[in-house]
Amino acid sequence: MNGKYRILLPVLSLTVLLAAVFYLQPRAMSYFGLNLLFNLAVPIALATIAQMMIIMVNDIDLSVGTFVSFVACVTATFLNDAPLLGVAILLASILAYAAIGALIHIRQLPAIVVTLGMSFVWGGLAVLLLPSPGGAAPAWIRTVMTVKPPLVPMAVVACVVIAGLTHLLIMRSSTGTLLRAVGGNAQAVARSGWSVTKLKAGAYALAGFFGVLAGVCLVGLTTSADANIALRYTLLSIAGVILGGGEFTGGRVSPVGAVLGALTLALAGSFLSFMRLSPDWQIGAQGAILILVLAVRLIFSRRGRKWKGAENG
Amino acid sequence: MNTKAKLLGAVALVAVALPGHAVADTADKRIALSNNYAGNSWRQAMLESWAKVGDKAVEDGVVAAADAFTTSENQATEQAAQIQNMILQGYDAIVVNAASPTALNGAIKEACDAGIIVVSFDGIVTEPCAWRIAVDFKEMGRQQVEYLAGHLPDGGNLLEIRGLAGVFVDDEIHAGIEQGVAEFPKFKIVGSVHGDWAQDVAQKAVAGVLPSLPEIVGVVTQGGDGYGAAQAIKAAGRDMPIIVMGNRQDEMKWWAEARDENGYETLSLSIAPGVGTLAFWVAQQVLDGAQVPKDLTVPFLKVTQDTLDETLAATPAGSVANVEYSQEDAKSVIAAAN
Repeated sequence: MNGKYRILLPVLSLTVLLAAVFYLQPRAMSYFGLNLLFNLAVPIALATIAQMMIIMVNDIDLSVGTFVSFVACVTATFLNDAPLLGVAILLASILAYAAIGALIHIRQLPAIVVTLGMSFVWGGLAVLLLPSPGGAAPAWIRTVMTVKPPLVPMAVVACVVIAGLTHLLIMRSSTGTLLRAVGGNAQAVARSGWSVTKLKAGAYALAGFFGVLAGVCLVGLTTSADANIALRYTLLSIAGVILGGGEFTGGRVSPVGAVLGALTLALAGSFLSFMRLSPDWQIGAQGAILILVLAVRLIFSRRGRKWKGAENG
Repeated sequence: MNTKAKLLGAVALVAVALPGHAVADTADKRIALSNNYAGNSWRQAMLESWAKVGDKAVEDGVVAAADAFTTSENQATEQAAQIQNMILQGYDAIVVNAASPTALNGAIKEACDAGIIVVSFDGIVTEPCAWRIAVDFKEMGRQQVEYLAGHLPDGGNLLEIRGLAGVFVDDEIHAGIEQGVAEFPKFKIVGSVHGDWAQDVAQKAVAGVLPSLPEIVGVVTQGGDGYGAAQAIKAAGRDMPIIVMGNRQDEMKWWAEARDENGYETLSLSIAPGVGTLAFWVAQQVLDGAQVPKDLTVPFLKVTQDTLDETLAATPAGSVANVEYSQEDAKSVIAAAN
């Protein structure tokens, strides 16, 4: 599947879903409505970008959810009460992510196992920080997340900014190209004289950075934290990356698609809620939407291959 | 009002029409239930009660809608999105059983700012703009020890079965039990296991800890674990201590059988899943313009030796003792808090 089609499908699925939601609930078609629909998708989009950084280097991160929860707990406690210490802890956690990336590469460990282990570490730290739900969001992040820009709601602006910046970073910069190359063919990168360890650590650090942003934004929306607040982000973020045109084979990712994928997943929940579907069916229906989109993508990519074949022949 | 009267009242409510029929002010108001979890018998009974009372209220023209929504993954962020969807759907009041006391606050503030009445119950929220119908879980723990003190004047060793670690309800009931033991120092907790509010988990946990325990005279529990504890103790061939039950049908059935066999006496207490209907009526009262304090307390449902038979008969197999609240009950709870 080439780049052109990769971005087409997430755009299409989001448009279809958005049209369905507007049809079911015309009230959503407003500044206020769009913000309510999408503001909780902003941290999901950031977590999806974090996951994308890992999938990009051919790994998978099962600790995104607990990491975001941990960051949320730090944000609602230290970042609020002792900002300097809070920032230090968050920086340290990004470094920890980088270290995990380096370790995974140096020892050739399976990322899925290491990150699964780390998910218990982050989860444990989160419970230690906030044994019972509570804490308070720092006023500045609350202001940022509830800001009402003219014409377009904050959630939409934030998603456009996130998608734009990560697109520049991953698709347009030389560092981004190198990082994608690590996922595509690490040996080739190593032979051309780059340190794969450093690059992998860098990708993990980026994941940590976006994970931190996700946690901070989440607390800005919820006003306080809970050690289990973002557990579902792990699966949502993986689904978002894939829905957005990314592939598990590494190197093939799309930041814009990932953001769109996250929005689609968030919207799917609202859509099912507006449909008044019984909760017993909701998980299944969410899964069905995912399978549907992926099936369409398979058809797209088959077609793409056929066309390419025809050109070559 | 005692339990008997309440159960009778619930029966009367179903049999006859609602008392105080002439409510027109809320006839065009829509109330939604935001529920985070439906995967156990308590929540199923809660949803059934809500549907029963809500449908009746809609039929009688008290409110225009009483829709129930349940999130599929029991996650706070998912429920926050659900509440934001309800704002979009234009509900006038949202009744919440929250996945987290704090993580929904942002969404709930959005709802309040949009002029929506938010009433939380069972899983309550800390956002000041919402109403809270709380259960005094601590008192629930304390009363268990008090009951045991009344029945075992000599005191003795107790086994404590706790709920799911890290959940607020577990901490509260545990604190209440500790308070009770401090109040009646002739009792001593010699063992503590986590039964996770599930009979099979409790049975395994109790069976595992029993061999290391001295003679125990009582088991303090959190509900959903009494039957499992009884099975484990029976299997170990020990004398049956007084196991405080938690209103589950299997627990009450076991209790009734033991009573018929050897005059076994105990106490059973838990919150009635029908507390959701109390929250419904409180929301309706607020919409109606009643002055309602933000913090209300709901009494827990106690089953005693005297009420065992009728409660057991009224509880379907696999379910939990329940009572549906009426508008009058809501008014009296509000009056008591004012």
